[in-house]
Amino acid sequence: MRPVATVAATLAAVLAACSPEEEPVRSDAVEEPGVPALPAQAPEHFGFGAPASPERVALWDIDVKPDGEGLPPGSGTVAEGRQVYEIHCMQCHGPTGTEGPNDRLVSAGAWDQWPAGRTVGGYWPYATTLFDYTRKAMPQATPGTLSDDQVYAVVGYVLHLSGIVAADAVMDSASLAEVEMPARDRFVPDDRMGGPDIR
Amino acid sequence: MTARGGRPRLSRRAWFAAASGTAATGLVMTRWDALKATPQDPSTPPPDPTRVPGRFVSEVGSRAPGEQPRRLVRSLALSSSSRTPLQDLHGTITPSDLHFERHHAGVPEIAAEHHELLVHGMVERPMVFRMADLRRYPQTSRICFIECSGNGGGAYNRERMPAAITPQQLDGLVSTSEWAGVMLSTILREVGVRPGASWILAEGSDAAVMSRSVPLDKALDDAMLAYVQNGEAIRPEQGYPVRLLLPGWEGNAQVKWLRRIEVTDRPSMTRDETSRYTDPLKDGTARQFSFVMDAKSIITFPSYPYVLPDRGWWEIEGLAWSGRGRIVRVEVSTDRGRSWTDAVLQPPILSKSTVRFRHLWNWNGREVVILSRATDETGYVQPTVHQLWEARGERTAYHQNHQRAWKIASDGAVTFGLGDLL
Repeated sequence: MRPVATVAATLAAVLAACSPEEEPVRSDAVEEPGVPALPAQAPEHFGFGAPASPERVALWDIDVKPDGEGLPPGSGTVAEGRQVYEIHCMQCHGPTGTEGPNDRLVSAGAWDQWPAGRTVGGYWPYATTLFDYTRKAMPQATPGTLSDDQVYAVVGYVLHLSGIVAADAVMDSASLAEVEMPARDRFVPDDRMGGPDIR
Repeated sequence: MTARGGRPRLSRRAWFAAASGTAATGLVMTRWDALKATPQDPSTPPPDPTRVPGRFVSEVGSRAPGEQPRRLVRSLALSSSSRTPLQDLHGTITPSDLHFERHHAGVPEIAAEHHELLVHGMVERPMVFRMADLRRYPQTSRICFIECSGNGGGAYNRERMPAAITPQQLDGLVSTSEWAGVMLSTILREVGVRPGASWILAEGSDAAVMSRSVPLDKALDDAMLAYVQNGEAIRPEQGYPVRLLLPGWEGNAQVKWLRRIEVTDRPSMTRDETSRYTDPLKDGTARQFSFVMDAKSIITFPSYPYVLPDRGWWEIEGLAWSGRGRIVRVEVSTDRGRSWTDAVLQPPILSKSTVRFRHLWNWNGREVVILSRATDETGYVQPTVHQLWEARGERTAYHQNHQRAWKIASDGAVTFGLGDLL
């Protein structure tokens, strides 16, 4: 079991949620007597499981971090992205990303209306997330089938439709990580703490 | 008029109103539907089962023909949900085949013998665990709820406040099970977390590769790699062969079909922790990493579409739960929230689990609005919808845990009553 104070302090520090003098005890750190700790005689290591080689890790470690870490080699242009979009994406997201029937990617109105639709320009804080999600989960019927170049291209096209990158933009690991999303600074840490306050 | 067990039967009209919209309209019977076919003439004895030998033993049991609760399926789609029939269940444990579902790309078919969990990142020893490995570690168990953080959002919009909505339709994205598995802290100890680590990324092996970042402190506190649900292997819909269990936290973060854990020093900002599962606030910001499910309760009887056939003694009952610990109090109001009375909390009363509450009530036959409100051990009292509107605005999303109400008309018909209080 972790000490309550550690949980509270670390979460608060990580989330930078509140100033130290008014930091309440986080109630999700309440001790849970129903959960037993590891038995006292437990060894330092059980040895069950197998070491994972760097190659084995690389096979599955394909996520992309918000600073661009994990972005693969390759590149794609907005023009190429339009072709990818029209073949693989348009039937669900519409000719301009605003029509659906599935999630609207592009805001029909100004992105600064609030609360925004959860569109790329209006609500997504990181362009890297768009790459990560598209590469893993899209197209919905054949997820994971686009090449990295195709993902760079179609991400660039959706960013262009959203008014975020120019028509001649080329997306790669460097340029994608540098994209500043309009919604970047909208997100704040959770300040609900339990206790009498309704937040 | 009163059915066996002291409960009213559904009016036929109300039943069809409730059933329309299910995938199996007209075929599904609830216990209430079955009871209404039972003659209540005391001069005629019921059928006598003692004159015929009963059927033989069987390898797998089944429900009584008249007891056929069903999940509510709104649409058949890859990214979809089905809801637990809260109004048809008793106690706190959700039968595993009625546990709610929420998937982002369908239920993957996984053979346990082929499943692997990769744990890597800021660790001393990156490792791969097969299910046989995970099952060999010391096992723990706990009873707790899992709730989708979008549960209850259907009763938040002032302009679209429903009246004809069942507890299942409104709040059926919560279920409770006895989970067992290995504590995540045990596995993290095995791989050795490096100094400076503060988050993990949990990733599923569904077709969406659903991923969420979780603070390391939660991972080391009460997080579990659960492979058991109510005494048997976890169901495919709940993450077979292994899922992340984060007691008290929103369901989406409790990644199912878990295949990878990366220990990191920052959140990964995945799609489902940025453009989804974040809560827009009225000041133009959006609350992120709003993991904990705050205290909540709902009366499951009487509720829509039941019809109370007569005045007199009825037992109001429902469920309450908090992601921050134990429920210490549930109050019931039978006068539109003007006065409140403590309900009885029916054991077991467990931290981060649902608890059933009951309140014996003598209905005078006049129109009334009844409500419940839960208080957890932190002193948090389930807010009114006005309090949430004031704190977050009327167009926020997720975590809509405000008080629920039911209106009982003088003819006994029950409808969702929050709109009557606005």
